[in-house]
Amino acid sequence: MDVPQVGLLADGRRLHLQHGPIDLVIEAFGSLDEVAAAYMQARLKFETVLVELAKELSVLRRPLCDLRPNVKGPTAIRMLDAAWPHRETFLTPMAAVAGSVADEMMSALLDGRCLEKAYINNSGDIAVYLTPGETLKLGIVGQLFYAAIDGTTELAFDRPVRGVATSGWQGRSWSLGIADAVTVLAENAAAADVAATLIANAVNADHEAIERAPASEQDDQSDLGDRMVTVNVGLLDPTTVEKALGNGIEVAGRMYEAGLITAAVLVLKNEIRALGDLPATLPETVSIKGNDNG
Amino acid sequence: MSQKTEAKAEGASGIKAGDVKDDGVITCDACPVLCRIRPEKTGACSRYGNVNGKLTRTDPVIVTQQISDENGGLVPFLPEQEDWDGSMNFQSPSFITGIGATTTYPDYKPAPFIVSSEHHDVDMVTVVSEGVFSYCGVKVKIDTDRFIGPESAPVRVKGEKIGHVTTAEYGSQMLALGGVHHLTGGAKKEGNVTCQSMLSLCNKDRVEMTIDGGATLTVQAGEPPIIDTNQEERMRVGCGSAAIGMFALQWHGHADEVIVVDDHITGVLSEHQSGKFLDMPSAGIRVRGRRSTPGRYFQVAEPGAGWGGTDITEPLSIIESIDPDVAWAGLRLLMVSTTGEDQAYFILDDDLKPVPAEMPADLETSVDRIAENCEPALSTVLFMGGAGGSLRAGVTVNPVLLTRSVRELRTRVTCGGAPVYVWPGGGITVMVDVLRLPNDSFGYVPTPALVAPIEFSMSREEYLALGGYEDHIKPLTDVIREGGLHGVQPMAWQGNNPWPLAERMALEDT
Repeated sequence: MDVPQVGLLADGRRLHLQHGPIDLVIEAFGSLDEVAAAYMQARLKFETVLVELAKELSVLRRPLCDLRPNVKGPTAIRMLDAAWPHRETFLTPMAAVAGSVADEMMSALLDGRCLEKAYINNSGDIAVYLTPGETLKLGIVGQLFYAAIDGTTELAFDRPVRGVATSGWQGRSWSLGIADAVTVLAENAAAADVAATLIANAVNADHEAIERAPASEQDDQSDLGDRMVTVNVGLLDPTTVEKALGNGIEVAGRMYEAGLITAAVLVLKNEIRALGDLPATLPETVSIKGNDNG
Repeated sequence: MSQKTEAKAEGASGIKAGDVKDDGVITCDACPVLCRIRPEKTGACSRYGNVNGKLTRTDPVIVTQQISDENGGLVPFLPEQEDWDGSMNFQSPSFITGIGATTTYPDYKPAPFIVSSEHHDVDMVTVVSEGVFSYCGVKVKIDTDRFIGPESAPVRVKGEKIGHVTTAEYGSQMLALGGVHHLTGGAKKEGNVTCQSMLSLCNKDRVEMTIDGGATLTVQAGEPPIIDTNQEERMRVGCGSAAIGMFALQWHGHADEVIVVDDHITGVLSEHQSGKFLDMPSAGIRVRGRRSTPGRYFQVAEPGAGWGGTDITEPLSIIESIDPDVAWAGLRLLMVSTTGEDQAYFILDDDLKPVPAEMPADLETSVDRIAENCEPALSTVLFMGGAGGSLRAGVTVNPVLLTRSVRELRTRVTCGGAPVYVWPGGGITVMVDVLRLPNDSFGYVPTPALVAPIEFSMSREEYLALGGYEDHIKPLTDVIREGGLHGVQPMAWQGNNPWPLAERMALEDT
């Protein structure tokens, strides 16, 4: 079995941790000693994160119903906490796995340390730590397959956002929807992760250019069962794009009203819709670079 | 949500053991998630996949390194855990290969890796890709003199035609396999079997094939061929008659008769033209079989696994008679096979019976020399593919300039770091010895077509002159640290391959 991989990236500042499907890029800011100690803590915690998670996978892959399952691992508890408020929709705690790992690793990174700020990027799901006066600038991508920064937003200490996540049909996880990218800002990465997944699922419409297949045909262990997941999205007319984005915005709006998210940015084809408290300058439309097959 | 798996068979490398189920699903044991992976899918990490029922690291980019330290070890890839101060300790000369680089589609997108590195203060650019070779074939050379089948006879795997027997070459039989007509010009099954057979051969795996009107062959690059049930060991030095011609002078004066036992033609020195030329007296020893010309005998025994490809294990059994009027007591007789593997020395006693005796040193030297001149019989596999098509668009906006640069030897082409022969004429049609590539360098796409790593290396100046994608050039150190889509795997440079970034590459190629 492969062991967790640890290394610094070429800039010598960012820590890269990889184990199985978890791929983290961590950057901490502060004194050299504190950053070094924080990285060491993260490394030690990383030894056990995936093993702990794997033990409870069978529970975490089950759809939520009104009986909250009992899980013990700290990451698994974060997943349930994040998924629980959404249980009226079909979902499993796996919808929050990437964000929860980022949050859990963040707590290990910070434990007893004195850092100025830090972020942990788990393949696009990001946990953030800020102290007074500190900000973190984020790029927002409109299209996961050919990622380019289309807009930016700045997170600040005095605002509640500590988690950012992006989901779309071309991302690493199967999506029921057709969104190119849904980016969500929330209190933590786990909450952002689950919300981004569900909003991306909701960005949907019927159109012959959309190819779908049962999730179970793609992946035996998919927590989505026989639900139809998106495998390709061809050319769509403006009405369909409008309708799909509207469906997504409706779901995002309900989450915003319930206080589950702070903001959401939805991108489909060249259209962009934003909702909530977004301190960002966003373009009217997204320039999708170098890719014409959607 | 559920992790996405992608059907990505190309660029497979680093086979690991996995638990294969009846339905072809593998349980990956690479990490604690223990994904169940369906055929041609990857696990949650997309780093491991089920390729032909084998759990396979899908596509780390392979970076090969020259050995730099005295112990012949690699410089550690990742910083030591206690010592991660950010300093680069990846100092061995490194070359990024196309293995695991993945491919781009459509082709006009820049190749996955356009990498710069310095070589003796010259800024070199290597454009790395995994090319999808719709036009590709495999040439197999089988070191054997045995008849494997008539020229142009179809070669089949699982009953499907995958190629044919082509013209025999020195000491060997040749096969031409694959090619676009078998891949995509015939039935779907023919194409798939052809693709899988080529893939196996290129990845140094064993393939069993049959030849219409000929033999059953088991072929594996770098291994002795198995023809029907016989495994070839050595290429013989020549037939028995040829061996006599080659070694007569070295035997003259040390033996009164030499019999070279061979399934094709057994040679008898004193009768042979070579012996006559040396004025050797006739020894009166008559071997079995049918005499062709003086000193050359067909069918002295049945074919088999004994001396010289015959069925005999007791050499004296091929002697039919010893003429008492011609032979003499004390006559020195050497018997040897055409590979030198079997040898015996006799002296005739007073009754003219051959009695085993210790072989004189001079004869022993000559016998050893026969063996020394027999090369091991191998099957060798050359991959041949055309990189002159749309693949070039991933390198430059003006593809024909790349073709010209390759032709004029300003751009060096390698496959997985291995040197290639670029066939003259139009296009960039390359041939490469698959043994020079790391294991499992080849993949396939369902088209069907083979996927092979390919690298174009040139000076930065040349790359820009070709209309290269300057904005996409990345320093090698960044690529190594950040990895490709699925990480970077270091690998020791194969010492028998010339370093692709060597200066004055044009002159070195010949």
